[in-house]
Amino acid sequence: MSTNGMESWAVDLKDVGAIYPFQGSEVLMVILGLVFWIGWHILQTRHENAEIEADMAADRSGEETRAAIDRY
Amino acid sequence: MEGNLNALTTIFTEFYYWVTIVMMFLIHVGFCTYEVGVSRRRNHLKTLMKNAMAIPLVTVTFYFFGWWIYFGFPNGPGIAGGLVTAPFAEAWNPLMGTHLSGVSPGETGVTPADAALWHRLNGVFWGAFLLFSITTASIISGSIIERARSGAFWIVAVLVGSVLWILDAAWGWHPQGWMVKLWGYHDAYASGVVHAIAGGAALAFLIVLGPRIGKFKPDGTPRDIPPHNVWLVTIGLFLIYTGFWGFYAACNIPLISPATIAGQITGEIWTATNIYLAPTTLSAITFNFLMSLSGGMMAGYLVSKGDPFWTFSMGLCGVISASAGNDLYHPIQALLIGAIVPTICYRLHYFVERRFKIDDAVGAVAVHGYGGFLGVVVAGFMLWGQPSSPYEGFAHINPLGNFAGAVLMFVLGFVPTFVVCKILNGMNLLRVPAKVELEGVDFALNHAFEASVRDVGAAEKAMMK
Repeated sequence: MSTNGMESWAVDLKDVGAIYPFQGSEVLMVILGLVFWIGWHILQTRHENAEIEADMAADRSGEETRAAIDRY
Repeated sequence: MEGNLNALTTIFTEFYYWVTIVMMFLIHVGFCTYEVGVSRRRNHLKTLMKNAMAIPLVTVTFYFFGWWIYFGFPNGPGIAGGLVTAPFAEAWNPLMGTHLSGVSPGETGVTPADAALWHRLNGVFWGAFLLFSITTASIISGSIIERARSGAFWIVAVLVGSVLWILDAAWGWHPQGWMVKLWGYHDAYASGVVHAIAGGAALAFLIVLGPRIGKFKPDGTPRDIPPHNVWLVTIGLFLIYTGFWGFYAACNIPLISPATIAGQITGEIWTATNIYLAPTTLSAITFNFLMSLSGGMMAGYLVSKGDPFWTFSMGLCGVISASAGNDLYHPIQALLIGAIVPTICYRLHYFVERRFKIDDAVGAVAVHGYGGFLGVVVAGFMLWGQPSSPYEGFAHINPLGNFAGAVLMFVLGFVPTFVVCKILNGMNLLRVPAKVELEGVDFALNHAFEASVRDVGAAEKAMMK
């Protein structure tokens, strides 16, 4: 049993192609990768929206903002 | 013996590109350093994160579809032929993974010759092009600091880095690209293919985004918003120069035989080539990179009256403006082009700022956009009549082909980016609210940091007896 089909290196390398595990599931792996990428943007947008809402609600007096501006 | 020589050449090429990739990564160290130096204190962390996260996002999307676009679209498609099949560049193909030299079961469309060529080189070619992609996206990043939402930039980074620039690379930077074939387009080190398109995209983003609060006085006169740390700006730009040197090397094929090129070159002398597989040398591009950098810095010093920010930025602009023809220019030509074009770009930056109220925080549109555009145009005149390619039947380099190509590059960056930014703006996802901009986009992070410092300080003081 081998996850990449290789049981021994006693082979001619010109006959060996892919050597990663679970060959044959490339399409599934690409789908999982695409879900990871798109999902990241969705989660990031939610996170940024929440952060902006919290910032908007903070420092109503403006004191901390003025202090930040003074620090350049 | 011949088999071992071929293997040695392949391994040398694999190592060569791997080194260029590592060198090019310094461009992004430079961009991060530079942008933090330019931004004001209350925006540091988000500025850094905005630029840094472009790296993984463009990487994964360039894996999924960017690499395939380069090989699939050299004909337009529909201009010089149809869509080209490129199984080795499809994300689900075994050659897009850890691979030895044979054909795996299920590698549809891959021949033994494909496998023999791509098994070692696919990852390093992909990596080199990926670093061009991340650079193209990152060029926009500095322009929009202190008011753009990070998420909006990351969507545009994917659009520009993994779709638009690689599409124009397929057209004008592929040995069989239709712009090279039909127009004689010549842009060996990517004045247009990387820089003009990124400048066009940056300008579109800036138009929709608007200027930073306080950039313009009520009467419309621009204010200078100086960098908070000019030392970081300087180090950043020098790191970008260093990475750019690696970029130049990555645009060459280091060693190839006339038989492998299969064009019109006669004899048996192996050669380095540019991206179009036309002969050049690493010596040529070393001469010309350094001379165009020098021209830009010297002109930048004079025109800005010794301002460090513009002196170093004009050095970069000097390289960009000579890049289109730096495989073929004489070093003195590279020097003079690298001096004259940045001077024009510097003037244009301030003209556009005053006339159109565009707030480009780092001058990226001038350095990359105008510099890249003019660099391509100049190359069309300078290299007029020279062969654009080693292949038979290709148009020769000419001013009209390069001018049309420069326009196409700028527009291809501008129009789709403008549309996407308009959509994001309509969804309220492009710019932070004015209150957040005044507080600084790091407001929440700074509060968390200060609270942690107070907490740990209080705990440590409590331990003192």
